[in-house]
Amino acid sequence: MADPLVSQSMFGAVGVRRSWGSRLGLWISVLFLVSPAILVFLWMLSLSLKNDIDNVAFPPVFIPQPPTLANYVDVFDKNKMLQYFWNSVLVTGGAVLVGLLVGVPAGYGIARAKAHRTAILILIARMTPALSYLIPLFLLFQVLNLVGTIWALVITHLVITVPIIVWIMIGYFEGVPQELEDAALVDGATSWQSFRHIALPLARPGIVVGGILAFIFSWNNFIFSVVLGGKNTRTLPSAVYNMLTFEQLSWGPLAAAALLVTLPVLLVTVIAQREIVAGLSAGGLKDG
Amino acid sequence: MTNTAARLPAPQVAKRPTTKDYTFSRHYWAFSLPGTLLIGAVIVFPWAFTLWMSLHDWKVGGDHAFVGFANYVRLASDTRFLESVGRTFWFTLLAVIIPIVLGIWAAMMFHRNFPFRGTLRTIFVMPMMATPVAVALVWTMMFHPQLGVLNYLLSLVGIPPQLWVYHPNTVIPTLVMVEVWHWTPLVMLIVLGGLAALPTDPYDSALIDGASGWQMFRFITWPLILPYVMIALVIRTIDSLKVFDTIAVISQGGPGTASETLNYFLYLQAFQFYNIGYASAVVVIFFIIIIALSLLLLYLRQRSKWM
Repeated sequence: MADPLVSQSMFGAVGVRRSWGSRLGLWISVLFLVSPAILVFLWMLSLSLKNDIDNVAFPPVFIPQPPTLANYVDVFDKNKMLQYFWNSVLVTGGAVLVGLLVGVPAGYGIARAKAHRTAILILIARMTPALSYLIPLFLLFQVLNLVGTIWALVITHLVITVPIIVWIMIGYFEGVPQELEDAALVDGATSWQSFRHIALPLARPGIVVGGILAFIFSWNNFIFSVVLGGKNTRTLPSAVYNMLTFEQLSWGPLAAAALLVTLPVLLVTVIAQREIVAGLSAGGLKDG
Repeated sequence: MTNTAARLPAPQVAKRPTTKDYTFSRHYWAFSLPGTLLIGAVIVFPWAFTLWMSLHDWKVGGDHAFVGFANYVRLASDTRFLESVGRTFWFTLLAVIIPIVLGIWAAMMFHRNFPFRGTLRTIFVMPMMATPVAVALVWTMMFHPQLGVLNYLLSLVGIPPQLWVYHPNTVIPTLVMVEVWHWTPLVMLIVLGGLAALPTDPYDSALIDGASGWQMFRFITWPLILPYVMIALVIRTIDSLKVFDTIAVISQGGPGTASETLNYFLYLQAFQFYNIGYASAVVVIFFIIIIALSLLLLYLRQRSKWM
């Protein structure tokens, strides 16, 4: 623990030793705030590791005795989980990749040309409910005979990934000093070279943040795949949504499937928590 | 969602354009071209097409005929639609205020130093990243009136079992609870960003002058983090208006229509009843509500900056 004498306290005051009571209050608050998250995730884990008798026991059984992997085996036996997982990887991977390819240069162009109107368009795109894009795109894909294909899903997921990436990149590129690039341009570099060799490397943290957030929100989306996905092309979240409608009372396998769906994003959250905090709180390069 | 947070906080310092800026700026459009084309294809085209469809009587697989504003006139007297609008505002009010209050509190706590702060903060942030469908599934099991763990936990402290999402009066507060669980971390992160940018000097002088903790919060911290709170308010408002995933999994708009919000009503019209023209009119109204509310809140934010 940092020495309370030099650490910054809640009010930013330096050099105050906080009272015993204040620290007790802090711990009670933190435990109160964190416990709902712990409760839900642990309960998810517990349900997935218990047999069906224990899962519907009342009072509930909290710790599986003994834990069983039967639910996971069951999920993989009855569903094409690996196929759904691969679909999710393709859809999210494709949408994030294309999102980065077009979104990063777009963010740069908007930031440098100070195209505020385009920036507001991006903001409005982010505010509009994703569901509203689905009707016209659904009709379009019907005409193009793309309903039920991975392609249709990748294209619709761009609605999620492109605005996030462009928006975050604008912020990061605005933080890259114009002077550095001006110097390069004066020395005879082309716009592309100054983007490629100066702005891009400096904005790399932004690319990481944008990519991670786009990945998470694209992975979590399920309604696009419910409407547009076919039997063999649906993504993991919509596959789990389908299981819900068919096996309402079999809690163990459902919990196991739910855990498998959300595990990748939770792992990314844990691994990249510094980047996520930086990206979602303020500023990025700007305050740095 | 979240990405707005990254950019809005820092006030735009408009740099005075130099001759250099003008000379070079003409190259920049090329960088935005692919992105702009893509946004045009997957975002602007759907907007325009939706507007056009909303003027038609349009069924999936059937014919469509131009009907002018008939869909809008019908919406104005559709009680199911009007009730869903009222319900959405009620849901939004609760799902904005509670996360804001809890989020500010959490940010104040996580701004302090204590052992395991990083680990606990990661756990606290996890709900926001977790797949809503997966989490909603677990909530559904927890809400079960006879076998659910929540009623058991309540019984431990002597509270009678609740019907949660199975009663029209409790379904909205229960869904708000799930929403609060999901999105309080986002408010916390935004406010935490604001707290990190605070200067320390005012606190030092206030301490010397003998100010209490509450006075320091009220007169120093609060005014300084207010812009960040306003950003969180705008984002929360928009996201609550759009709530869909949790409702689709947990209550499917029920019991009856007791939890049918605007976005769920839209989904039913479009993809269960296949009234594409009618649903498009709902989208247009929805869009107007969202833009109007965001502009109002952004206007309030501007004012709060000057106060």
